[in-house]
Amino acid sequence: MGKQRLESNGDALEHSLDTSDCSIGEILRRRGVSRRDFLKFCSAVTAAMALPASFAPRIAQALDEVKRPTLVWLEFQSCTGDSEALLRSANPTVAEIILDILSVDYHETIMAAAGHQAEEALDKTIAAYKGKYICVIEGSIPMKDGGVYGSTGGKSHLDRARQVCGGAVATIAVGTCACYGGIPAAVPNPTGAVGVQKAVPGVTVINLPGCPVNADNLTATIVHYLVFGKIPALDGHGRPLFAYGKRIHDNCERRPHFDAGQYVEHWGDDAHRKGFCLYKMGCKGPATFHNCPTQRYNEKTSWPIGSGHPCAGCSEPNFWDTMGPMYKRLPHVPGFGIEATADKIGLGLVAGAAAAFAVHGVLNAIRKDKEPSEETKEG
Amino acid sequence: MAKIVVDPITRIEGHLRIEAEVNNGVITDAWSSATMFRGIEKILRGRDPRDAWFWTQRFCGVCTTVHSIASVRAVENALKIQIPPNAELIRNIIIGIQNVQDHVIHFYHLHALDWVDITSGLKADPAATSKLAASLSDWPNNSATYFKGVQDKLKAFVASGRLGPFANAYWGHPAYKLPPEANLMATAHYLEALEWQKDVIKIHAILGSKNPHPQTFLVGGMAIPIDPDSQNALNADKLIEIQRLLKKAQDFVEKVYIPDLLAVASFYKDWAAIGGGVGNYMCYGEFPDAFGNLWFPAGAILDKDLSKVVKVDQGKIAEYVDHSWFDNSAGAGKGLHPYDGETEVHYTGPKAPYEHLDTDAKYSFVKSPRYDEKAMEVGPLARVLVAYASGHKETKAVVDLVLDKLGVGAPALFSTLGRTAARGVDCLLVARQTPKFLDELIVNISKGDYRIHAGEKWDPSEWPAEAQGYGMHEAPRGALGHWIKIKDQKIANYQAVVPSTWNASPRDAKGQRGPYEAALVGTPMADPSKPLEILRTIHSFDPCLACAVHVVDATGNELVKVKVS
Repeated sequence: MGKQRLESNGDALEHSLDTSDCSIGEILRRRGVSRRDFLKFCSAVTAAMALPASFAPRIAQALDEVKRPTLVWLEFQSCTGDSEALLRSANPTVAEIILDILSVDYHETIMAAAGHQAEEALDKTIAAYKGKYICVIEGSIPMKDGGVYGSTGGKSHLDRARQVCGGAVATIAVGTCACYGGIPAAVPNPTGAVGVQKAVPGVTVINLPGCPVNADNLTATIVHYLVFGKIPALDGHGRPLFAYGKRIHDNCERRPHFDAGQYVEHWGDDAHRKGFCLYKMGCKGPATFHNCPTQRYNEKTSWPIGSGHPCAGCSEPNFWDTMGPMYKRLPHVPGFGIEATADKIGLGLVAGAAAAFAVHGVLNAIRKDKEPSEETKEG
Repeated sequence: MAKIVVDPITRIEGHLRIEAEVNNGVITDAWSSATMFRGIEKILRGRDPRDAWFWTQRFCGVCTTVHSIASVRAVENALKIQIPPNAELIRNIIIGIQNVQDHVIHFYHLHALDWVDITSGLKADPAATSKLAASLSDWPNNSATYFKGVQDKLKAFVASGRLGPFANAYWGHPAYKLPPEANLMATAHYLEALEWQKDVIKIHAILGSKNPHPQTFLVGGMAIPIDPDSQNALNADKLIEIQRLLKKAQDFVEKVYIPDLLAVASFYKDWAAIGGGVGNYMCYGEFPDAFGNLWFPAGAILDKDLSKVVKVDQGKIAEYVDHSWFDNSAGAGKGLHPYDGETEVHYTGPKAPYEHLDTDAKYSFVKSPRYDEKAMEVGPLARVLVAYASGHKETKAVVDLVLDKLGVGAPALFSTLGRTAARGVDCLLVARQTPKFLDELIVNISKGDYRIHAGEKWDPSEWPAEAQGYGMHEAPRGALGHWIKIKDQKIANYQAVVPSTWNASPRDAKGQRGPYEAALVGTPMADPSKPLEILRTIHSFDPCLACAVHVVDATGNELVKVKVS
């Protein structure tokens, strides 16, 4: 990768990828990937990164020069949904990720070796590429009772996280569990589950929440790092702005129906069939920051609102406790507006949580005062 | 004697550890341990029962639909809700493609490397590989040029010196038996299946908004509206796209997966005598029609007796915790029915880092479910055996064909190879059946029936003060049950007994081994330091450990204070 370009890039981190192999572009050429397909991929990640299309050639050029970096993927308290999301990725495909773009040296769900041989592969990798490898974490980390609720290879998940994240150039937390504790951390949090940043303070963590993560955002984050040599700009919850900088409600294809006061009232009613707004059915889009409306899922096939079900708010910290019940209408949250940022909304929710309500108390408490009447439109 | 440990068992979902005693190159005893716990059922208490499917879906992101299905069925059973025929059909299509996609991923990406030596494929003759492929199937990707291309890619990958996920594996192990050409063909299909799986599962995105974790399930039906005159609903072009993808799924299963399975199996027939297990099999049945009749029959087979299918009664299920890291106030040796589940997590294992578990005491976060005090195997093999023994026509035809092709009798099914073959049989049957559900749906819609949801009991004020129900589902990995108790419109108790809980269970109070443990006993090992044979048998069950580990709290012990304003 162009060292000069990186150094001219203001606050660029020291670019520290392995340089022993040939470049990704070269690897792709050797593997028979056409230039056209490569450029198509570059356009797709440019879109995912919310960069202007004119950046695509620059990304292509940068990837042409970058080497195949090492990645290790650890699973803790997870459901493997984020690994499955990776399997569904299309730009690039998982085969391209594994064979061409990265060297995925440890990933329990796909790797051939098991037991001691798997552990050995991990040990070798983190020693040989110390300070250079990218670490991806899926699942929360249990802290209660000395971390006994999760172990692999006889080692606690907390110890593994400290060891592996500690030597990584950066850690990407994929899915809401790895970012903020997610479902295991929902009240009463039986295992003391927390996200990576909380479990291993001091390491560089990029949070890619979502339940599961949208694999497009993962590949875009990696490419962003490869191209610009630094991690993307993050919001107050550690999320890249390119993917989490906009409110779902403000980008929703059904927003005109919200503004026009056209709502779904019952499942399967005329309004539901016509694709009207799902706000009254419990949609959490107005309180959720994520690029679902533009990026969608499974090669842009659809997304929850697009298929007729409300947004559950899955990319927000503690959404399991603050956004439920799922079909309960979101209360009016002061400060909402098209320019509102995640940090402001987040502050509102945190302030509610700090009032120390157990379980679902948070939203219910807010609702008590703010619940709009059936006829009143919020916004 | 040597006690060996395999942790992590890779190419599965979740965190599984196997300890095994090996004497003179044969496994003489084995212990299965789940090493991760989340406690989602405890978290569920006090929440809205209509949300339960969304929570329980997160038991697992691999079998990403199955807990949603079991959960909505449990709540519907408790509240006596009858869903519209279209919703049942849409669920059947979602279940069908989940099964097909999951089985193919399992075969190629989780299981194949136990039988296929990728590095041996480098020595293959592409022309001979082409000939081999053409002799098995008329799948179009079978030219010498095609296989040469795959081989060249592979060579370049190996030449890079960075083997990534294929590093440090068991390549060259004496238990690998395939010729180089078969290895190259299987490797090519490993890559093709990676592409295929992300395409066919778009059916979930169309009907369910995304995969993993589709999001259109509802208690009472589905949230995907139907309207041929709307672009925001299930309409003609979406139905045709589903039809195309189902065809693509069926083609791959018929022309690639099944021929590969038979070709690989024919080199490993010795595995038809290894890995038998507990010999009891249970299946809940699946694919209800509008009248609740199941296409795939329910039942149980005991002691490998295919002459008799026993009716399954969910009342006979009980879970034991004598070797699991939970307390049970009912006392040692007592099992509890899921409705009355009363369990508290209590880790008494060694402090990490540790070398060995104390397998005489408690050694797993998985409980030991038993049916009428018997350990039961669940999964495709159980499903196929129950259907076969019940005289299910379609199943009998495919099973007999497979047995004939391999030149083995029905007893060969009680084995590691039988389990792997049965998954293929199951996949083929479901791949052929699912398009019929789509046809029925299209007929309904063309008659003007657009109903997707039964809304009479959507509002919790319509519910009784107390209710309880169960939801059964044949997931890809086997018999899955959810049990719910509802009180004052909230979840009072929730329990899931999932396929991998049955299969991965530790010993019970009587010392009866769980199915993984029993299946490993008698397995020969060429080199105990390289546990390839253990992986073969364990992978033949398709473990899913995040699913298997769960807890339900005492009904009287209110840990969660729910503040409702």
